[in-house]
Amino acid sequence: MQIQVKNLYHIYSEGMPYESVSLEDVSFEIEKGEFVGVIGHTGSGKSTLIQHLNGLLKPKSGQILIDGIDITSGEVKMSDIRRRIGLVFQYPEYQLFEETVHKDVAFGPMNLGLSQEEIDIRVKKAIELVGLNYDEIGQRSPFELSGGQKRRIAIAGVIAMEPEILILDEPIAGLDPKSHADILEMIKVIHSVNNTTIIIVSHNMGDIARLTNKILVLDSGKLVMVGTPAEVFSQADYIESLGLGLPPSAHLMNELRKRGVPVSRDILNIDEAEEELYRLLKQIEGKIDA
Amino acid sequence: MNHIISIEDLVFEYEREEKLEPIKALDHVSIKIDKGSFTAIIGSNGSGKSTLAKNINALLLPSSGVVYVKGFDTKDETKLWEIRQTAGMVFQNPDNQLVSSIVEDDVAFGPENLGIEPTEIRRRVDASLYAVNMYEERRKAPHLLSGGQKQRIAIAGVIAMKPECIILDEPTAMLDPQGRQEVMEIIEKLHNEGITVLLITHFMEEAARAERVIIMDEGHVAFDGTPAEVFANAKKIKALGLDVPFTVEIADRLRSRGIDIPKDIISMEEMVDYIACRFK
Repeated sequence: MQIQVKNLYHIYSEGMPYESVSLEDVSFEIEKGEFVGVIGHTGSGKSTLIQHLNGLLKPKSGQILIDGIDITSGEVKMSDIRRRIGLVFQYPEYQLFEETVHKDVAFGPMNLGLSQEEIDIRVKKAIELVGLNYDEIGQRSPFELSGGQKRRIAIAGVIAMEPEILILDEPIAGLDPKSHADILEMIKVIHSVNNTTIIIVSHNMGDIARLTNKILVLDSGKLVMVGTPAEVFSQADYIESLGLGLPPSAHLMNELRKRGVPVSRDILNIDEAEEELYRLLKQIEGKIDA
Repeated sequence: MNHIISIEDLVFEYEREEKLEPIKALDHVSIKIDKGSFTAIIGSNGSGKSTLAKNINALLLPSSGVVYVKGFDTKDETKLWEIRQTAGMVFQNPDNQLVSSIVEDDVAFGPENLGIEPTEIRRRVDASLYAVNMYEERRKAPHLLSGGQKQRIAIAGVIAMKPECIILDEPTAMLDPQGRQEVMEIIEKLHNEGITVLLITHFMEEAARAERVIIMDEGHVAFDGTPAEVFANAKKIKALGLDVPFTVEIADRLRSRGIDIPKDIISMEEMVDYIACRFK
């Protein structure tokens, strides 16, 4: 097991008037190469949880084992953990700072103490992996690029560290539909090329349903559900009671069921929804003709 | 006068370093906005949406062409206050537009700057906070609120200036689904009260809730019409790097297989109503 989280607790501002329990007895496991989605409404503890996974936050109690090593023990070097677990924050393009794209992407690898030659190889590889042309943009200022390109460069900076686990916090927030689709495609490529474990936080349930094989559902700091997209989204009423949405297809089916139309609970994407409605509407037409 | 905003042959160029050609962000755009209407503007990044919005309340001035707000030319500096008071603006990131450490002070900031009487300010602040359902939170610190709540405070700050028109530039981009819903409900409520709304968004479902949809592409108006008219061009819209609402997409697919679904079904509620009625 690559990641094991056991009975994790975290309390913000302990002893202060605003003290609040932000993670409560959270336990789960993730295997190498999994594509995991984390969902929950604002304040449910998603960001707190992922910041624990690469040691940015320390738990009040509980363990986080990465390949069997407890990263909360205080004996592990945090720099080792962070090179293996890459974290891409929300709006990562705000963190670009260098004169050229090359220098920006090289910043992480440089801090790993790699040789110049190795750094250059990694920078090129990372930029190609995020779907951009190194020869075209390597020497340009990152600030001249479009919003979607800037975000890719910021992600390339993390990829260049060659993490075994890549965590992305809302990687598609604020993008137009085309850049949105491009970034998701890029994440799929990163996942498949190196069998990198991906953990993605998103409010877009359609994306989560389409991409992931496991979903962690958080509510008020508690892990309330773990399952495949089909398992999680078939509990439509429960998911909605947590203030979360459903993928559009599942949402449409759920609204129809509420109006007494008998449709399947296992519909997650538009292709399945199309088939289900086609079947239903044909049936209605048949009845009317008869 | 029915047009609260009248944009006539607007060109806007961003100047660059001396040796480089300026970038033409808006290329001969003409749009008239009816008083009291609700218009959504969509377009890919770099299509000129935000530049257009900033030209409407004189944050940017035309390179050529004219923008009239309530009949005032935005280039007329003496009318700047009237223009900004007529057309209030709400931006994407709520954290960048809240200025005070207490919610009600933040809402009072606009009217204070207009030199309004303290008793009238009090009245307006309370009314604005009620309008966005945030009166209970009036004494809280903005940083302790959720994104959706912060954005509603930003909207309250604009309403307190009693604008006739509100321009919102991707107000829900940074919010979770619940926050987005809260903000959309407030926007629809303001429109029902007679305020002209211009909503710039990347969410097609939000655009479908407007009365009129304008699609921008490379500084031009590519489509302009009711949601049903505009989203009927699914193929062309996708070629512009955009999308159509989920309901439009699935209705299109079913139509292509011989199922008759009325063209004016755009939102999920309408689709559910249609199917549920047929089923009975």
